[in-house]
Amino acid sequence: MSEQTQISGWTREEMAKRLAQDIHNGSYVNLGIGIPELVAKYVPEGRTLIYHTENGLLGMGPSPETGSGDPELINAGKRQVTANPGAAFFHHADSFAMIRGGHIDLCVLGAMQVSKNGDLANWSTGAPDAIPAVGGAMDLVAGVKSVYVITQHCTKHGEPKLVESCTFPLTGCKVIDRIYTDLAVIDVTDKGFQLVELSPGIDFDYVQSKTGAEILQIPNT
Amino acid sequence: MINKHVSSAAEAVRDVFDGATVMVSGFGEAGSPIELIHALIDQGATDLTVVSNNTGSGEVGLAALLKAGRVSKVICSFPRTANSTVFPDLYRSGKTELELVPQGTLAERIRAGGAGIPGFYTPAAVGTPLADGKESRQFDGQEYILEHGLKADFALIKGQVADTHGNVIYNKTARNFGPPMAMAANVSIVQAIQVVEPGEIDPEVVVTPGIFVDRVVEIANPVHESVLVAEGVSYP
Repeated sequence: MSEQTQISGWTREEMAKRLAQDIHNGSYVNLGIGIPELVAKYVPEGRTLIYHTENGLLGMGPSPETGSGDPELINAGKRQVTANPGAAFFHHADSFAMIRGGHIDLCVLGAMQVSKNGDLANWSTGAPDAIPAVGGAMDLVAGVKSVYVITQHCTKHGEPKLVESCTFPLTGCKVIDRIYTDLAVIDVTDKGFQLVELSPGIDFDYVQSKTGAEILQIPNT
Repeated sequence: MINKHVSSAAEAVRDVFDGATVMVSGFGEAGSPIELIHALIDQGATDLTVVSNNTGSGEVGLAALLKAGRVSKVICSFPRTANSTVFPDLYRSGKTELELVPQGTLAERIRAGGAGIPGFYTPAAVGTPLADGKESRQFDGQEYILEHGLKADFALIKGQVADTHGNVIYNKTARNFGPPMAMAANVSIVQAIQVVEPGEIDPEVVVTPGIFVDRVVEIANPVHESVLVAEGVSYP
């Protein structure tokens, strides 16, 4: 056994729970597929959020009980959902008018890379044999008021996802406001990455060593 | 007297011609007009340009149309689906061209096409590979790119209830691309679970006004793509 112990930060669920603390009551929120979807499970009691899914529903509720769903009531991940009381259905052009027109308060997305100036890459590795598919990500990051990323700090191969500049094709330029990883919460500011909070048991130097660009420490007050 | 009711899916798609641009509603299986697509496969038109958010799954519906070799180009936002190898194979072999469009830009290009707007500026995709070669312009210090309205010769749409004047209401998130596509096509064809007489749909709840619709056909028990895929069905 080596002396080095396995360093583990927040789990996916804990990352989602941490992010959920930061969403204001009454927000209109679009959650991406994957870890972002977990956020809905951890919204603090007393806060009501209205979930938008870009395929035409405001007021999206949880998955239906087995057997009671409608294959024509789905989310953007094409999984069956429900409609909460007060929900509304609309067509795609209206749905993206909500997005592009700045009517959605917050969008939470996964990421392949985020650069220190807030560029996001999350749709393509640029590999020549890949089938390009973008969906609504480019519209969401261009139009939603606040865009948060929730992601593992590093790739499965240990490469930093928070980088000086993205090497994968971009989804949008200067669009990310805040990043929640297993190791830390980090803001994207005019000066670059700014630490907001460390995951319990994780120190700053460790996060910095796993990041491809400088992170600014929390200033002493 | 106006009566847009036609007797069958085959009758509804009878005049789709080789080389036509065809818009197909649906987001995944929700709103996908499978019976109209299968009728189009039977009808035989080829060299089609298909405008749709996805490229179908399994070997039914849109994926079956692609597999039959009828589609030379797709204009699409998300042509990857868990259950389909049809489009990836065609794309990699160069048999079907892809124009990849961000989903909101796709919806707005269709809406604009139907609304008589030839082009518009959008912030989506600025600074990305999908903006390459597109005209850009600044408004209030922010950069936008020019996108063009999109029209079609035909639209195939799935509704819930239609009347013989062409007024349509939809089912839940199956509405998706139906309303803008109905506006943007020269001939818009709607399959509905029920076709009713004028007056039976409350004018206050009509989603697509009949002016945008040319033909309605009743398909009382439409199949579900996911069920066909689970059963391993391959059309035809």
